[in-house]
Amino acid sequence: MSTALDTRRGRLGESAARPDGVPKVRGEFAFSSDMFSEGMLWGHMVRSPHPAAAIRSIDTSAALAIPGVRAVLTSEDVPGRKTFGLDYPDQPVLAWDVVRYMGEPVAAVAADHPETARRAAAAIVIDYAPTEPVTDPVTATEAEPVHPLGNVLHRQRVRTGDPDATGAVVVEGRYETAMQDQAQMGPESGLAIPGEDGGVDLYIATQWLHIDQEQMAACLALPLHKVRLHLAGVGGSFGAREDLSMQVQICLLALRTGRPVKMVYSREESFLGHVHRHPATMWYRHHADSDGRLVKVEARIILDGGAYLSTSTAVVMNAACMAPGPYRVANAVVEAVAVRTNNPPCGAMRGFGSVQVCFAHEAQMDKLAAALKIDPVEIRLRNALRPGDSLITGQVLRGSAPVAEVIRTCAAAGLPEGGPGTSAELELPGGAGRTADRDRVRRGVGFAVSIKNLMYGGGFDDYSSARCRLEDGVATITCAAVEVGQGFVTLAQQIAREVLGVTEVVLAPPGTIDIGSAGSTSASRQTWMSGGAVQAACVAVREQLLSGVARNHGVARETLEILDGRVVSFDHGVDLGVSEAGAGEVLEETVDFHHAPTSELDADGQGDAFVSFAFAAHRAVVDVDLDLGLVRVVEIATSQDVGRVLNPVQLVGQLEGGIAQGIGLAVMEEIVLDKGKVRNPSFTDYVIPTALDMPPVHIAALIEEPEPGSPMGAKGAGEPPMISSVAAVVAAIRDATGLELPRAPVRPQDIALASAGPSSSPINMEVSP
Amino acid sequence: MGELIDYQLRVNGKEHDVAEAWLGENLLYVLRERLGLPGSKNACEQGECGSCSVVMDGKLVCSCMVLAASAVGADIVTVEGLSAGENQLSDIQAAFLAEGGVQCGFCTPGFVVSVHDLLEHNPDPTELEIREAVSGNLCRCTGYGRILAAVQAAQEARRG
Repeated sequence: MSTALDTRRGRLGESAARPDGVPKVRGEFAFSSDMFSEGMLWGHMVRSPHPAAAIRSIDTSAALAIPGVRAVLTSEDVPGRKTFGLDYPDQPVLAWDVVRYMGEPVAAVAADHPETARRAAAAIVIDYAPTEPVTDPVTATEAEPVHPLGNVLHRQRVRTGDPDATGAVVVEGRYETAMQDQAQMGPESGLAIPGEDGGVDLYIATQWLHIDQEQMAACLALPLHKVRLHLAGVGGSFGAREDLSMQVQICLLALRTGRPVKMVYSREESFLGHVHRHPATMWYRHHADSDGRLVKVEARIILDGGAYLSTSTAVVMNAACMAPGPYRVANAVVEAVAVRTNNPPCGAMRGFGSVQVCFAHEAQMDKLAAALKIDPVEIRLRNALRPGDSLITGQVLRGSAPVAEVIRTCAAAGLPEGGPGTSAELELPGGAGRTADRDRVRRGVGFAVSIKNLMYGGGFDDYSSARCRLEDGVATITCAAVEVGQGFVTLAQQIAREVLGVTEVVLAPPGTIDIGSAGSTSASRQTWMSGGAVQAACVAVREQLLSGVARNHGVARETLEILDGRVVSFDHGVDLGVSEAGAGEVLEETVDFHHAPTSELDADGQGDAFVSFAFAAHRAVVDVDLDLGLVRVVEIATSQDVGRVLNPVQLVGQLEGGIAQGIGLAVMEEIVLDKGKVRNPSFTDYVIPTALDMPPVHIAALIEEPEPGSPMGAKGAGEPPMISSVAAVVAAIRDATGLELPRAPVRPQDIALASAGPSSSPINMEVSP
Repeated sequence: MGELIDYQLRVNGKEHDVAEAWLGENLLYVLRERLGLPGSKNACEQGECGSCSVVMDGKLVCSCMVLAASAVGADIVTVEGLSAGENQLSDIQAAFLAEGGVQCGFCTPGFVVSVHDLLEHNPDPTELEIREAVSGNLCRCTGYGRILAAVQAAQEARRG
């Protein structure tokens, strides 16, 4: 059976077809692991098996003696800066003297065949002297320094109002969230090709080409223009590709051997070779008046940053500033700290600091509701932020903030019919393999709300560059924004069609050679930032086009507009197709788009650090087998503040996909560590939701209040679905079981063996002076 | 690496020579790196994610779990063999696009192969049967909602 190609060429607001869709379904889309070059070698990394050890010696002679091995590199072979890092270069390209986490790269190999490279890696003799790893984040600041820079990666305090304020009701709790993996399907991979000028071309899956280039050039001791990055197809990222992985090492191997080098991580190596979501330990105390209105929020938050800094600084900032959630509170004492340990490095993952605190602040809101016998939805409505309110950082909400609307619409969604009493056998928790009684299955409902800051802030000048070129009625867009699956490529075409009235929009391959930075594909920022840059470039070209037509036809520019693909004057004296109007001319404009400036936070965490915020509500319905501890998520209902819907199908995909990752953290996903050693680096042991685990998602409402300052009125939509979905699912399990469940993920033993478990630890709210 | 061997594989109806290959290579590697058929993907290489799904003698398998040299004589169909020709889509491929079942696309070829296999053996699956059938294919982007919609759309279209 065969059918025509998908060619929906939509404008803004329509479900336009993905330009990469046809090659993706045909298996022809070139991901980074599909790269090939004649005569290429295979690279392989040698990684530390120890979370903490001194390196006494490295002997590469046996590896080099294997036929087919072309190069073995250690730290001595790094010609430039021997460390890298997004915020500060504290992470070795290849470790020397000491390793600080299990999986840290120590050597790199290139060989004719991947198996030869693996055998060479195994033949390198590294004499380690293991040392006692620092693995408890709560005591890490008092432990032996893991790194000369110490064990405090970043501390953020936020204080506002009266620290001694008290409320009629006080609830408190200690909460934990586990280390989550992005588990993007495409493993880290790339192809480096040495250039004739002594430089290198790297085809790589990443999230931000220009920041990679900057870090690589320093390590390779090459000028920027000799380090040329080209985006290869990206098989998802979710934060995993924000830090460098193999970029420096494969370029070094290519430069050393003079041959192209390809490297592809195995899944195990992917688990060990990228940062994870910070595990969090959080102590919270909420004060409220007798009507349930918040009086004061105290929070102490410890994030395990693992061995190196990565993006911990920004994660800590988000966690501290978003600690109370989307609620109005005049008094707050918050301290968040990321500590250094010998656990795997942690950094960016979808939700970035907000996921952790949302789990805690939403549990606190439920405790408050229970203490005051107020409905959980009602207590959230009473405290919901409104435009004009201040965050605990003193920043006033000047954009759209439909918090009450997302709460109301989500709560009003009809509940799914049926229940554990009538469900089909296969639809009970555990499915076909279950053995417990049907009458020991309980249904529960939980509700949660979240706030997420959008884009980079804290004084960072975040921008994106884009170029639009119009020739013969075809627009070509050049922008280094990375497509990771979210659909920026679709949006860029929609924008060009909308502004220029063209049908054909070509997207130039993203790279570092002929366009400036687009910033990172993270922080829900590309629709606003690179969408804004593409729109501005297209508008500038439209101005050129219309001014030219005005000159040629002796009419005023103001009388012209583009309507349905034609340049028309209001009296229709001029009526030309776009290609006709620009005939023979090449119109081109390049634009840097900046968002409104932000400021750094002061010592008390006060300042206008953020550009914009998005809000979401989730309601989870679960069935829980009390005896086996198994959970089946029956349905997730959601409402989200999206500003404006630009592509309905892609938006739904962001909501459903983010919710799946939220369900994962709520009930199954956790990197299991044993004294710093990762015990489950595989999809056999690190389980992510399958089609059987994922319930229907009921989108109750998409709240469209165009965001002032956003070029198309839209807010980034990728992160909010991941944030409150975790808290909602665990709240529903609490509702079904009556258990406190202060930790995500909720494991079967947390439910089935709950009575045998230890009670929760005493609360220690003391913050450092 | 020991002895290198030569053999032939029949993929998408065509005989391919595999020359001087290490005996330990799995079918996924040989398809991707030796035969120029990179449509089957390498997401876990231990039979958990289904990204490398191919049909071998009418059975759906993870090509990462098949020793390539043991596939001699088998009829192998990969994602590259599912559409009628260049610039053509199978009904299932078209449904994945129309319903929004594709984001990053890394799992997509494996899903497309699995769904072809499902609808061939069970033209009218229930929703639960669909979920069960594709539960060996992991997707991290979509949450499966649009993929499920795509399967149901293709199923309905075939029903006519």
